[in-house]
Amino acid sequence: MARAVTRRRKTINTALAWGIGLLIFFPILWTILTSFKTEGDAIAYPPKFLFFDWTLENYAIVQERSDYMRYLWNSVIIAGGSTLLGILVAIPAAWSMAFVPSKRTKDILMWMLSTKMLPAVGVLYPIYLMFIQLGLLDTRIGLVIVLMLINLPIIVWMLYTYFKEIPGEILEAARMDGATLKSEILYVLTPMAIPGIASTILLNIILAWNEAFWTLNLTAAKAGPLTAFIASYSSPEGLFYAKLSAASTMAIAPILIMGWFSQKQLVRGLTFGAVK
Amino acid sequence: MNTTMRVLLGATALCMATGMVQAETLTIATVNNGDMIRMQGYTPEFTAATGIEVNWVTLEENVLRQRVTTDITTKGGQFDIMTIGMYETPIWGKNGWLVPLNDLSAEYDVGDILPAMAGGLSYDGTLYAAPFYGESSMVMYRTDLMEKAGLEMPEAPTWDFIRQAAAAMTDRANDINGICLRGKAGWGEGGAFITAMSNSFGARWFDEEWKPTFDSEAWLNTLTFFKGMMDESGPAGYATNGFNENLSLFQQGKCGMWIDATVAASFVTNANDSTVADSVGFALAPDNGLGKRSNWLWAWALAIPAGTQKEAEAKQFIEWATSKGYIEMVAAKEGWANVPPGARISLYENPEYQAVPFAKVTLDSILSADPNSPTVDPVPYVGVQFAAIPEFAGIATDVSQEFAAAYAGQQTVEEALAKAQQIAADAMEAAGY
Repeated sequence: MARAVTRRRKTINTALAWGIGLLIFFPILWTILTSFKTEGDAIAYPPKFLFFDWTLENYAIVQERSDYMRYLWNSVIIAGGSTLLGILVAIPAAWSMAFVPSKRTKDILMWMLSTKMLPAVGVLYPIYLMFIQLGLLDTRIGLVIVLMLINLPIIVWMLYTYFKEIPGEILEAARMDGATLKSEILYVLTPMAIPGIASTILLNIILAWNEAFWTLNLTAAKAGPLTAFIASYSSPEGLFYAKLSAASTMAIAPILIMGWFSQKQLVRGLTFGAVK
Repeated sequence: MNTTMRVLLGATALCMATGMVQAETLTIATVNNGDMIRMQGYTPEFTAATGIEVNWVTLEENVLRQRVTTDITTKGGQFDIMTIGMYETPIWGKNGWLVPLNDLSAEYDVGDILPAMAGGLSYDGTLYAAPFYGESSMVMYRTDLMEKAGLEMPEAPTWDFIRQAAAAMTDRANDINGICLRGKAGWGEGGAFITAMSNSFGARWFDEEWKPTFDSEAWLNTLTFFKGMMDESGPAGYATNGFNENLSLFQQGKCGMWIDATVAASFVTNANDSTVADSVGFALAPDNGLGKRSNWLWAWALAIPAGTQKEAEAKQFIEWATSKGYIEMVAAKEGWANVPPGARISLYENPEYQAVPFAKVTLDSILSADPNSPTVDPVPYVGVQFAAIPEFAGIATDVSQEFAAAYAGQQTVEEALAKAQQIAADAMEAAGY
């Protein structure tokens, strides 16, 4: 009897999980489907789900109009670079907060997080003026620095919560065995926190990949990533939904594929620390 | 002269020669609409003729506005040419942020620019941006539905006729709405429409003392009429419909009439996208017999930010893109219906263009809008569907949100107008008017 109830509950849970999953995925699915429609079919009412004239025309137009590879390469460098730089800064910071906390550690953590509550546009002009002075406008290095700084509070917080799960005694034992601070972080702490670090990296790559305020406002013709590529197909005066969907699909495809292959690592990491 | 000296001099000469033949590259920020995208496609022709390369930065209108405003106010120097509209041009021209276009070549023929466009893109008599294309607004209607309703659209209808026709054309059972209009919040969306409409009802944004006038009877009449007509004959959820939503409805045959940008005429008559392409008629935007029609005036124009290092090359590009020659080139390759409209007098004198069904009403609409005298009563500002002051965009966005809430039934028209009055009064006082 108990087994039957468990099985029923399991079935309900599975159905519920699939339902929620499909609901979350539906906008992406709809975007992908729309990218294969004509502009006429894209706005048809009632909407056409699967039975329409499938076409690759939108992809051909987008490819012809835009240098997709340049935008993609910029996205890879900006997302990858900012995450890598962020991790290099955040690991020592999270280590000190987790294992040698001071009276103010909690306050510092909260202060760091509070910077995320400021609307980005509030600091647009100061940052823009600094970028002019430093010659960083429309450069990939400029965006790497800005996105690293923006995502740093999240990286530090995530790593801090993962590091807190690791018993301090293990690090103490390493120190007693003569490990230097560098060895302790590199050879003891980091290998133990690999799942957490991996999920932090993945999440931050996704955040940096999707960032659309700074990447649009600090770039022009050279350093624009895929967010700028998508923005060039949006129009308030003209129906270009199918082309916009094709551009969006091309922009999210790499990150979708990366997420698909690394989902095990991502889920494991997210359920490992306090971000549960 | 020893060998080393000769090598150094030779290298210097080579470097200078290389520098001279090195192509200049212009960076141009623009909006994503059909005419601009078409122009991008013809850029290689410009490069072939001049040797000047062009990099395009194409963005959605609101993003572009924020992007170029940030750059020009901080002298960021990211763009050599910016695509801006009639709202920004006089303000930026006044601030000295744009290069005056008062030395364009004789062949360019500045006098051929439609006076309404040149006036809206000038400050103190100096042209600061060259119009690439211009637009007004007009009535687009279904000739078959109008005939079925037993009515005939006048060339210059009144609002009362439009309301009567909308009610007669509405067929809820077949999902046909008599009229589709913008209700969406945003100064360039529903805000632009209701402002242009209010002009024909005798309303105005500010009096001669810069005091907001939303507490006037004219504004009450405007909003009451709009909401009443749309509740009777408009589509469900019209409070969130903008240009694209209405274009989609009209192209699918779900609107009897649509009053919107003249540039939409080429979309609704394009048989590839529109199911009603062969049954669309055009008329001037309605009035109320008060001497002002409800059509707006807008131009997307090319301007050069002050401080660019490539002013001469930028002027060369602007002369090419907004010339008579460019229009002729597009006409030869893609037909007269696809040329950028609304900028040059000569286009409307061309017999081949006169054969395009919406050419005459577009020109008449543009000519009937006067940005220097947009309202029945005098106003201190320039602009038909906007007031060309820096504070307007923010105020109008907030005001249009209150109006949209009234359309959606979340508050009454009176409440929306009272809030609009408060919003505008506070903002104008804070701005020091």
